[in-house]
Amino acid sequence: MAASIALARQITRVNINNTKICRLSTVCTDGAFCNASLKRYSDVAPSRSDPEPDVVESHNETLSNAQAHYRYIFPEILPNPDSTRRNKVCEMLERNDMMNRRSVLEIPEFYVGSILAVTASDKYAAGNTSRFVGICIDRGGCGLRAWFILRNVIDDQGIEIMYEMYSPMIREIQMLKLEKRLDESLLYLRDAPNEYSTFDFDMAEVPHVAGDHVPINPLKVKLRSRPWLERYERQDLKGVEDLGLAQKFYDRAKQLATPWEKYDIMKQYRATVTAEDQDEVFRDIHEKQQQIEQARIVRRRRKKLQSNR
Amino acid sequence: MSCLTLLNGAIRNGFGKASFSTTQSLQQIIKLSRLRVVDNSALGRAAMQSGKPPRCIHVYKNTGVGTIGDKILVAIMGQKKRGYIIGCRQKQAAGVPRFDSNNMVLVDDSGTPLGTRIRVPVPSCLRGKATGDFSKVLAIASKFV
Repeated sequence: MAASIALARQITRVNINNTKICRLSTVCTDGAFCNASLKRYSDVAPSRSDPEPDVVESHNETLSNAQAHYRYIFPEILPNPDSTRRNKVCEMLERNDMMNRRSVLEIPEFYVGSILAVTASDKYAAGNTSRFVGICIDRGGCGLRAWFILRNVIDDQGIEIMYEMYSPMIREIQMLKLEKRLDESLLYLRDAPNEYSTFDFDMAEVPHVAGDHVPINPLKVKLRSRPWLERYERQDLKGVEDLGLAQKFYDRAKQLATPWEKYDIMKQYRATVTAEDQDEVFRDIHEKQQQIEQARIVRRRRKKLQSNR
Repeated sequence: MSCLTLLNGAIRNGFGKASFSTTQSLQQIIKLSRLRVVDNSALGRAAMQSGKPPRCIHVYKNTGVGTIGDKILVAIMGQKKRGYIIGCRQKQAAGVPRFDSNNMVLVDDSGTPLGTRIRVPVPSCLRGKATGDFSKVLAIASKFV
């Protein structure tokens, strides 16, 4: 690695209420590992119960708690980690559009494993809307192209719908049960018995206090026997029971495993967005997000008062 | 069919361990794809229960790849029947449901469905195609999603 570089930075710190602005300069005198330009957050939201890495901890002191929380509640606001696809102007314009959309459509904090109800425009349906309830089995995409997949089983028929989060077709996204599962992607539910992905359309909303710990559902899924859509024995899944395969499958999986990749700093660097870039994004949206949250509180209170009458 | 069986046998017996890798199936509806009949017609039920679901033998389309709303010709219980695809396994556009099986309903030569009810949900966007014979298929749908 290159020799240690002394790096001085000026970070403008904005308080939540925007009344105080203080300037803070940090000096980093170590090599690559401590070099602030190399510090990166994972763009995949880790479980909040896990102890966060020191790298993130040390950097978060420059950010308010609310801003540090943004990368969990809307990971799609972060730009594409692929540097060849970055365009600052485009990102800024997209961010503005996203926040404008969020000011009229409440997009809740959700994770893979949460149960959501999406009401979308459908000009052929009665009332011009159709509602679909399902478990989020996957999500992805950056910026306005962010998407998520809901899965449910209706009449013994597995059905999945992919929604674009910022699509103008979406009228409402309702959080029915906020929870996480043991894996980042639940695509294996396609090869699991139907009961694992069956959810009632009239399911009652499970209350969750905002800012509270997001529960992790430790459910282990028993998959159907092969053939499967994917080779799950090679994926190091936490949320499936013993796959019950012959030893040769596990041997092959071990041959193809790449356990050293988690130590590959360059790979991690290319797959994530720098902490500086993240701070810039979060600082940029902070004010707008505060307004949106205030408006949401007022709307909820008004709704509650109306229902009490 | 017999040709395929022979070929499979040759691969398994002749070469022992298969020396080639296979990719994941695209689940496309093309000629010789198997489908699932989801209406309550006697013929469809019999075919599904016998373990020989219908095979697509033609897609009435220039691309040759069937998707929701397309008309196909199938071989079912030794007969040739026409039908409509009403659910696909392949990846779909945003907001369009993707099903766990390739679903179809059987129609007779005049375009009237053989069954009286569709047992699974039908993609709502198909209601935009309710013209001619296809509207008869939508008329027997029990649920839209």
